Amino acid sequence: MALEIKQVAMTGNEAVANAIKQINPDVIAAYPITPQTDIVQFYSTFVANGLVDTQMVTVESEHSAISATIGASAAGARAMTATSSQGLALMHELLHIASGFRLPIAMPVVNRAVSAPINIHCDHSDTMAALTTGWIQIYGENAQEAYDNMIQAVKIAEDPRVKLPVMVCYDGFITSHAVENLVLLPDEKVKEFVGEYKPTHELFDFDSPVTFGPLVLPDYFSEIKAQQAEAMLAAKEVILEVAKEFEKMSGRKYGYFEGYKLEDAERVIVVMSSTAGTAKAVVNELRAQGEKVGLLKPRVIRPFPAEEYVKALSGAKVVGVMDRAETFSTQGGQLFTELRAAFYEAPERPLMRNYIFGLGGRDTTTAEIRKVFEQLKQDQERGSVDRKVTHLDVRV
Amino acid sequence: MSNLVEIRWHARGGQGAKTASTLLAEAALSAGKYVQGFPEYGPERMGAPILAFNRIGDEPITIHSNVENPDVVMVLDPSLIGPVNVAEGLKEGGVIVVNTNLEPEAVRQKLGVSGNYTVATVDASGIAVATIGRDIPNTPMIGALLKLREFLPFESFMERMRIDLERKFQGRQAIVEGNLNAMRRAYQEVKQA
Repeated sequence: MALEIKQVAMTGNEAVANAIKQINPDVIAAYPITPQTDIVQFYSTFVANGLVDTQMVTVESEHSAISATIGASAAGARAMTATSSQGLALMHELLHIASGFRLPIAMPVVNRAVSAPINIHCDHSDTMAALTTGWIQIYGENAQEAYDNMIQAVKIAEDPRVKLPVMVCYDGFITSHAVENLVLLPDEKVKEFVGEYKPTHELFDFDSPVTFGPLVLPDYFSEIKAQQAEAMLAAKEVILEVAKEFEKMSGRKYGYFEGYKLEDAERVIVVMSSTAGTAKAVVNELRAQGEKVGLLKPRVIRPFPAEEYVKALSGAKVVGVMDRAETFSTQGGQLFTELRAAFYEAPERPLMRNYIFGLGGRDTTTAEIRKVFEQLKQDQERGSVDRKVTHLDVRV
Repeated sequence: MSNLVEIRWHARGGQGAKTASTLLAEAALSAGKYVQGFPEYGPERMGAPILAFNRIGDEPITIHSNVENPDVVMVLDPSLIGPVNVAEGLKEGGVIVVNTNLEPEAVRQKLGVSGNYTVATVDASGIAVATIGRDIPNTPMIGALLKLREFLPFESFMERMRIDLERKFQGRQAIVEGNLNAMRRAYQEVKQA
């Protein structure tokens, strides 16, 4: 594995734009105004400078951006767009169409709050609202992971066993706009890794004509949806295969999640994306004091690898699940409720509590993470959680 | 992580604090450091108080929150002293660098906080006007910072800055030289007490 290691300083968006440059898709459609990210701004420079072969289509809304991407993908092109926040919300009805058409679109989503009140900052309410749209969702902690996930997403989406769209999610501003170290892969390695896109069905294949989006009545609609669910199940295996192949190329290991000092951990925080990095620093600090604490950072939540999560958390006594979005069910965030449900049949269940945190970009510091671990410790001593759902760092 | 340096920039929108944090991160990375550089985004209007941050160290940095206990505070606009508690959370033995033509002792009094930290002053605006032709005090402030916290030998840092600035200001060599001269002058002229 003689790889040229090239450390660069880039923002998350710049890193992802570079991943897309190396993937060199046929078509990118974008609405070039906020809430669009600067991914497509960087990309338009690549197009203008002749560094890519991509046809760039600027459209009048996010709704049109995903529509144009769907059209291009159905026509047999490797097509992409990027979005965030309100933009993803505006795309919502088309998200179902992309997955229902079984189009392998890989789309970066920079996680940001959805209004109101108006807010541009990070939380996960945009992608959490898209969990039931039939897209695979992969989350990254930092610019490196966003870059790596973008490259893997193309291969996962286009696998003939999957053929589903993928959202590549990472934290708005915290990751998207912060400059940090990362390693880029050589162009030819990425090109070789993603390979040439060979669609299984395409509109412009006149020898074997196909229809996308016909009327399907009750006699077949359920079958189509069941097939999508099957594809989502198949994606579980493909995600690991792609990760393995990616590791062979890059040396960087990925799975459904990252376990950090989990082995003998009694008190575990489950948190996705950038805050997982902040939590690692606190785990290190508390471990140095002899505390048996650990972290589980989910990477893949669609499909939801329930058994694997249960297995990873089976040794824990108390688990604090941190959700960066409200569900307003009053029963906790999405990660929390799904993880709790996953434990229903487990022989041993840890105590579990939920924290809704970091909404609208509220800074989540090591002090807040320490507070969570402190509460988990009290719960462990008491043998019960004193509160099921807590809004972290909120004025009362 | 004992060698981790955390920096907080105080400025007003338009003074180039975000660019400063980015340039510093890029140059430190070129020198083999692990870096972060990020602003706190808000309503982005000229003149509004803004914050930007750096973390620079020899090991990978996983913390992704704002810097709360900086080793170094950089104040690009002295009029922020008072309305903003620029010394908030400053670590013991830390340093506050202020863009002003006042002496460090005078600034220490204005800050009105006692403690074991260094106050440094440099007329970054004056230097910027003289060298770049505009009051953009960000690069001279980096020059002053390098005097106070040596991330790597000054000359080799300047070499890396030249590369980054040339990439940023493609073809506008006068701006590149102006910025480099500004950094050099601030490095020489910064005073501390």
